[in-house]
Amino acid sequence: MNSIILNSLSYPVLTVLIFLPILGGVLLMLAPRASNAGIKFWALAVTLLNFTLSIPLLTNFDKTTWKWQFAEYKAWISAWNINYALGIDGISILFVMLSALVGILCVLVSWNAVTTKIKEFYVAILFIEGAMIGVFCALDFFLFYIFWEAMLIPMYLLIGIWGGPGRLYATIKFFLFTLAGSLLMLVGIIILYLKSGGVFFIPELMSLSGSYPLKLQLLLWFAFFAAFAVKVPMLPVHTWLPDAHTEAPAAGSVILAAVLIKMGAYGFLRFSIPFFPEATKLLAVPMMVLSVAAIIYGAVICFAQTDMKRLIAYSSVSHMGFITLGIFALNTNGLEGGILQMINHGVVTGGLFLMIGIIYERTHSREIAYYGGIAQKVPVYAVFFLIFTLSAIGFPATNGFIGEFLVLLGGFTKNRTLGVLAATGVILGAGYMLGLYRRMFFQQLSDNVKALVDLNLRETLTLIPMFVLVFWIGLYPNVFLGFMHASVEHLIEQVSNGTGGMSLAQLLLER
Amino acid sequence: MTMEITNMHMLIPGLPLLAFLINGLFGARWIKQEAHWIAALAVAVSWVLSVMTLLKVMQGHTYYGDIYTWISSGGLRVSVGFSIDELTAVMLIVVTTVSTLVHLYSVGYMHGEEGYSRFYAYLSLFTFSMLMLIMSNNFLQLYFGWEAVGLCSYLLIGFYHQKESAARAGMKAFIVNRFGDFGFALGLFLIYLTFGSLDYQTVFSAIDGWQSPAISLLGLETDLATVIALLLFCGAVGKSAQVPLHVWLPDAMEGPTPVSALIHAATMVTAGVFLLARCNAIFNLSPAAMAVVAVTGALTSLFAATIALVQNDIKRVIAYSTISQLGYMVLACGVGAYSAGVFHLYTHAFFKALLFLGAGSVIHAVHDQDIRNMGGLFKHMKITAITFWIASLSISGLPPLAGFFSKDEILWLAYSSGGSFGKMLWATGTLVAFLTAFYSFRVIFRTFHGEFRGEVEKKDHLHESPASMTIPLMLLCAGAVGAGWIGLPALWGFENHFAEFLKPVVGHVAAEHGNYSHSEEWMIMAISVAAGLLGLGLAWAMYARKTDLPERAAGAMSGVPYRLFFNKYYVDEIYDYLIIRPTVWVAKNILVTVTDGLIIEGIVNGIPRSIGRISQWIRKAQSGVLHHYAAVIVFGFFIMIAASLIWAGGN
Repeated sequence: MNSIILNSLSYPVLTVLIFLPILGGVLLMLAPRASNAGIKFWALAVTLLNFTLSIPLLTNFDKTTWKWQFAEYKAWISAWNINYALGIDGISILFVMLSALVGILCVLVSWNAVTTKIKEFYVAILFIEGAMIGVFCALDFFLFYIFWEAMLIPMYLLIGIWGGPGRLYATIKFFLFTLAGSLLMLVGIIILYLKSGGVFFIPELMSLSGSYPLKLQLLLWFAFFAAFAVKVPMLPVHTWLPDAHTEAPAAGSVILAAVLIKMGAYGFLRFSIPFFPEATKLLAVPMMVLSVAAIIYGAVICFAQTDMKRLIAYSSVSHMGFITLGIFALNTNGLEGGILQMINHGVVTGGLFLMIGIIYERTHSREIAYYGGIAQKVPVYAVFFLIFTLSAIGFPATNGFIGEFLVLLGGFTKNRTLGVLAATGVILGAGYMLGLYRRMFFQQLSDNVKALVDLNLRETLTLIPMFVLVFWIGLYPNVFLGFMHASVEHLIEQVSNGTGGMSLAQLLLER
Repeated sequence: MTMEITNMHMLIPGLPLLAFLINGLFGARWIKQEAHWIAALAVAVSWVLSVMTLLKVMQGHTYYGDIYTWISSGGLRVSVGFSIDELTAVMLIVVTTVSTLVHLYSVGYMHGEEGYSRFYAYLSLFTFSMLMLIMSNNFLQLYFGWEAVGLCSYLLIGFYHQKESAARAGMKAFIVNRFGDFGFALGLFLIYLTFGSLDYQTVFSAIDGWQSPAISLLGLETDLATVIALLLFCGAVGKSAQVPLHVWLPDAMEGPTPVSALIHAATMVTAGVFLLARCNAIFNLSPAAMAVVAVTGALTSLFAATIALVQNDIKRVIAYSTISQLGYMVLACGVGAYSAGVFHLYTHAFFKALLFLGAGSVIHAVHDQDIRNMGGLFKHMKITAITFWIASLSISGLPPLAGFFSKDEILWLAYSSGGSFGKMLWATGTLVAFLTAFYSFRVIFRTFHGEFRGEVEKKDHLHESPASMTIPLMLLCAGAVGAGWIGLPALWGFENHFAEFLKPVVGHVAAEHGNYSHSEEWMIMAISVAAGLLGLGLAWAMYARKTDLPERAAGAMSGVPYRLFFNKYYVDEIYDYLIIRPTVWVAKNILVTVTDGLIIEGIVNGIPRSIGRISQWIRKAQSGVLHHYAAVIVFGFFIMIAASLIWAGGN
């Protein structure tokens, strides 16, 4: 219990952040269906309030410690030693903030785009927001699993009801992929629970981390890997992502890109690495190989895409490869770069999906060939898109550069060959992203888009937060990196000290 | 004496940045055709401040300091900061001078164009980025400036983005440069991992007395310094358009001509040379890397010069000439004559910017870029013609013009750098000097002399450009004439002020000089002047006197070399077939169809499908016929009894 610092704010901040949107959603269900505007403003108000309430996290966070802060701890189901335990550290705080921000943007971008079952749509968004924040705050494995799975259901509905024409196939695929992974994780959680003598409390499980024999560590590592690899998604379990992205409504794509797929990487950071340090060290290089494969594979396949959402989805596979590369470099640069890149990818790819949603609302086409020369018609839109494109290709002074640079430095430090191979992703990235930009914005104005209108105020306001973050992180990343330092150092310590009774060599011999 | 940086230094890049923000945010709606006031004023003040800075540096003050910590992670700590030494001071003058004149020139050249304020916003952003590049005190900020000038280049090449060729050229420039930057970035990683820092001061002082460890790379025995130097050189090859990454620069001519003058001749493309000079401490550790640099420079200068011989687009000829001259600068760095390289960079900025702006003036009058449709323009646009003549004489290395001094210094230092290797470099350089004079005057005689060959109705509209364009021409012309006089050779009894000034940064090449006599130096000088005159004379003979000679010459070359030159050695086509097409082909036919489609999706969709099939099969048991069920029950009963008997027997 000495690894948590109980919440000292005047309100139970994490509980509020999780349950305020859920409560808002429940109340919304009771609202009359007729007042569409009222529903939207309600959803906007709830998400805005939630974000406002999350700001004290930033100002009151103690950056000097790795311990869990703003913690809450209450007995819940005492028969099974299940507790209602919440807390955040330097790794999770930024994701809580990002989730709260994304909630607002999802409401804003859907304002006119969603025209059917409006009430249910915003209920789903609010539920997702609560569950997302819950995932990043939970300190009890049981609670974590509940949020982890609870997230899936409204997401499933979001794609299945408000999605594109191929939504049925996409939702089933999405659901089955993630569920298959999650079930294996559930088995892992139960084994951990039994082996530890009945513990679900995550900080306590961490302190036991080194005590498992390597064989068990490896077994559990793979059980968790199944869940996280699907979510990230890593090669070769990535094929659900392009389908889900393509069919999802704009808000769904934003949630997927910005937060949902980050949960996989978060899982590696939060569980796989500190719980099973020996297995992690053994598997770090294979994981890096898999990451580099994803970087190159995801990037090259972008050159064959004709659908812009699919292209960005595949580029996410490539970018997530950078993230897992940094994480499994297991050094400060790599880990901090990886975590920052998780935020960055949320900002930039989230931003790009917002932008695609905005244009799709006007044209109802995702075909790149449908467009052409639209910079002449929508110059402000073109500038925003260019900024996000530059960040996506790691242009210095944008957030993407800081993350990519640290990841590549970390990766290169750990393994020269893999570092060099990963760096080729930077060339490929410029190729497909600028190619997309050229085909959409430059060249002759396509007849299809002669009447295109530029961003309105609401749309501009939706994009401004991401735009600000691109340059804020790009020019002054220390604000963000500062939150991570203590937690990342602690994580590295956990990996390097976390040996059980035997040395790695002995474990290997035993095997 | 090193001093802290001051607010004045921050204003040098700060003002263009401010101008960019103002024109970028308010230009399209409010400022419109007045955008040049903001942009030009900002860069003009930067120029004044740069001159003041230069004077301070000449008094022996240099400046070094951080503004704020940019990235801090683990042991890595990178700042945004400035280092203003002799090299930076020279670059400051080159950049702000040419930039100011190009701003002025564009008032006339871009007048009334759509996107006028956007054009000036980009110019300001470019100036800011270039200044950040040269003023940086660490490698990562240098990298920022490096990429940022690349972005501006991308945006300005694609300025007329409705044109597909312009949009493609911009993208090509960016991506080709990314290939170079890929190596550059890896070089930075190695520098950080070796010296624990990316700050110039820390790295360069650590290099003093550092023993470069031997390493093995892909089975090759080499040493760390060589690897670092070559990786950094990758970046320079991209940015300074050296072979084999030169392909983007000719296409960059799709941009407006003032941009070609500023970015693709005088400043940005010289960043690679600047990098070599900046990192001379690293390159000096590795003779192998230096040899690669020298050979790349020499090859590039020859290669580009041969292509320039036969091109008909006036801007493309000048673009290949730029590549060729950049080759000279790189060659100079490769033989350790960094100050000579920077000297040529500095003189080249004047005469090459002048050539481009002169070409722009011609295009402005003729509305055509093909020299076959020009001729006889001398009498219509005297200022343009005379300044173009002087610039061409300067690039051809004829005394006492600026180009003579810098080119001669490079050739002499190459010759005297030792052994037959140095003499080969010199011979190549001299051949290139001849070719340079030839293609430069080919353009002159085809453009300004003889009869006008364009359409008849155009002939009456031929006119000199407005003053905002001709004044920059005349000012640059003064530079093309006199810029070299600050580096008069010691041979003539002068002190080479330029080389002396840069000595604290790049050192001095005195190594082999002792072995060579003054008479040899005079001879080298005479040969290079003769080569220039010979080229001029041949161009005159072929294009001014006997006008059917070029066709006969092309015919006499029996086509093969001519076609090679004319089609730029087919390098673009080779890259297309070796890199671009295979990538797209693999993406379409392997990744999408086979791995993602057939294999992964096959498995993913195969599992549920086979489950479905199995259940279809099992379903048959549920026939609903009572005696089927009865039979199964009886059969099961027997199996259970049998099993229990076996079980009991086992016990």
